[in-house]
Amino acid sequence: MLRLFSKILKTGVITERCKTPKNDELEQLGIEIKRRIDKKFSGSIAIREVDAGSCNGCELEIHALNNPYYDIERFGIHFVASPRHADVLLVTGPVSRHMQTALLRTYEATPNPKWVVAVGDCAVCGGEFGVSYASCGAVSNVIPVDVTIPGCPPTPLALMKGLLGLIKA
Amino acid sequence: MNACWTIEFLNRLSTDITVAQSEAASTTIWQIESRHWQRFAELASQCQVRWVAGWAEHLDARFLVNACFENAGVYIVLRTAISCATPELPSQATVYPAANRSERHTQDMFGIHFIGHPDKRRWTRHQAWDKHSYPLRKDFPVHGKPQDITPPDMDYPFIKSHGAGVYEIPVGPVHAGIIEPGHFRFQAVGELILNLEERLGYVHKGIEKIAEGRAPEALARLAGRVSGDTTVGHCWAACRAMEQAAGIEIPVRASLLRGILAERERIANHLGDIGALCNDVAFVFAQMQFTRLREGWLRGNASYFGHRLLMDRIIPGGVACDVSDSACSLIKQEIVQLRAELSELVPALDLNSSLEDRFYTAGLLSTEIAAAFGTLGYVGRASGQNFDVRRDAAYPPYTQVRVRVPVEAQGDIASRFWVRYKEINASLHLIEDFIDLLAAGDIRAEWQTPQADSESLGIVEGWRGEITAYIRFGSDNKIARYYPRDPSILNWPALEKLVLNNIVPDFPVCNKSLNGSYSGNDL
Repeated sequence: MLRLFSKILKTGVITERCKTPKNDELEQLGIEIKRRIDKKFSGSIAIREVDAGSCNGCELEIHALNNPYYDIERFGIHFVASPRHADVLLVTGPVSRHMQTALLRTYEATPNPKWVVAVGDCAVCGGEFGVSYASCGAVSNVIPVDVTIPGCPPTPLALMKGLLGLIKA
Repeated sequence: MNACWTIEFLNRLSTDITVAQSEAASTTIWQIESRHWQRFAELASQCQVRWVAGWAEHLDARFLVNACFENAGVYIVLRTAISCATPELPSQATVYPAANRSERHTQDMFGIHFIGHPDKRRWTRHQAWDKHSYPLRKDFPVHGKPQDITPPDMDYPFIKSHGAGVYEIPVGPVHAGIIEPGHFRFQAVGELILNLEERLGYVHKGIEKIAEGRAPEALARLAGRVSGDTTVGHCWAACRAMEQAAGIEIPVRASLLRGILAERERIANHLGDIGALCNDVAFVFAQMQFTRLREGWLRGNASYFGHRLLMDRIIPGGVACDVSDSACSLIKQEIVQLRAELSELVPALDLNSSLEDRFYTAGLLSTEIAAAFGTLGYVGRASGQNFDVRRDAAYPPYTQVRVRVPVEAQGDIASRFWVRYKEINASLHLIEDFIDLLAAGDIRAEWQTPQADSESLGIVEGWRGEITAYIRFGSDNKIARYYPRDPSILNWPALEKLVLNNIVPDFPVCNKSLNGSYSGNDL
């Protein structure tokens, strides 16, 4: 147990701090996001992530938002387990035809008001997969999309910028 | 059997089966009559030959059906031709359970009937195309004839169970975490799992179909997105196959850089998953520490190679980016730091009684079952399957170094956990070795248009295990057929076995300890 505490103390807080944001893009972004979330969403938005056919690359970068470097929860953004608890659907992938109904049902299960963010080139425009017998292409071909975050995959910083765009919209 | 198993095995076959041998671009092809398809499998199985992959191809009025086999690091492709008028041949799945889903995939995509297959149900097909259409036949248009809204796959006949206190838990396709979609159907009594059935195919994106007609660079990009966490592995396998087919040898420096990229990918995934495994048993300390290490490692990828996940770094003929000497010394410093971090963290994990309690004896996969299913990578190696392409069928740059392959026989989650930790250490050594071997030189060989019909099988060890990529070129430098076999295709069935008699709440950690790719499986 002592080992744990000593490692925790030694690691310290590596999350880039909010007080000296001058040169740090992440911090400036975070503070801006936090301000708007506080104002519009009483301090918190809940995101449900839906992989509608992604290669899993986008998921890896969305995961990274929760690591101690980005620690996105400190800005009031958290990921929830059910669309019924969500304000925002973060959708990745070209929508595979086999996931089309599942995505529609997830969308219907999300209470209003709700926003959809299409994450990654595939979700934005079909990407490397496009439209085929197996793929519906972009998310907007299946459900209405409010904000797009391109990239293959978008970096965690790009994801945060995109979420800020949503809150501003 | 030794490396000459093929000669001995051919002698053994000669009384029953006539084999026409041919060599095509680093790939040995054995052609037999379709009626011997199953008999061949029986004889191969008796000689402990491993079933590796199965795929088909539509050429004019016939189908070529292929199955790849391996023993002692020597691979052969078994092939038979059947007419489109009577597309059937005996199943190998009765002999090799590993061939089960692969044959069902071939059945769904080509309409080839495997006689005597133990499972008559569809696999890759849900409701996006009808029962009598086959997407990989040449007359099937790439756009198909989809409905406006593809209906859900409601009537898939899952295995049922009855009895007092037995209940079912359907999970997915949309899961609670930030993970890929798939369906799991549990039958349980109380908390105990009686049976698990996987229903995958939700992220089927038509990769094999949209690969047709691509130029080599475009195919490499697609291969890099078969499974986003294995972008280096799949891209390398596809490029290796294309280079072999075109008769291109890549520069030494390019192969060393590919080695560095592949080992960096392995380490990034192992770091992330070791943390995630601990998180699945509520040990958040380790999750936070390992995601921290992973993030540092990915930032290294971005600064040395220009992409956090290393996508599109490997291209036909070589690599897209070079590293400077100063970057090499930074990479070496980074390795020293990572070792120091791990030497502090790992004893803390090792001494943690709650991890011990949850990992040991949970999710047991016996060596027998692992062998029967042809289980690959760290899942196989934690269950006594002592195989690694980098060592046993070495390819550049692994031919220049000693590859250490950690193997355990315990077969539980703890075993998979420790094999992966040991693989991190082995990969760190490899990166150091590759950097030491780097000498000035080209990083890309000039591409040569391969002859029409040239084909090859590219085989590499991805972080999940052996990846095979089959490529056939058509005319004008265009791809006629691409079939990538992700290790997950062989590892997923092992999950159905290793969760038995575990409790439902341990399913996430059992699943994570195997960590199959949905995308790589569904194609």
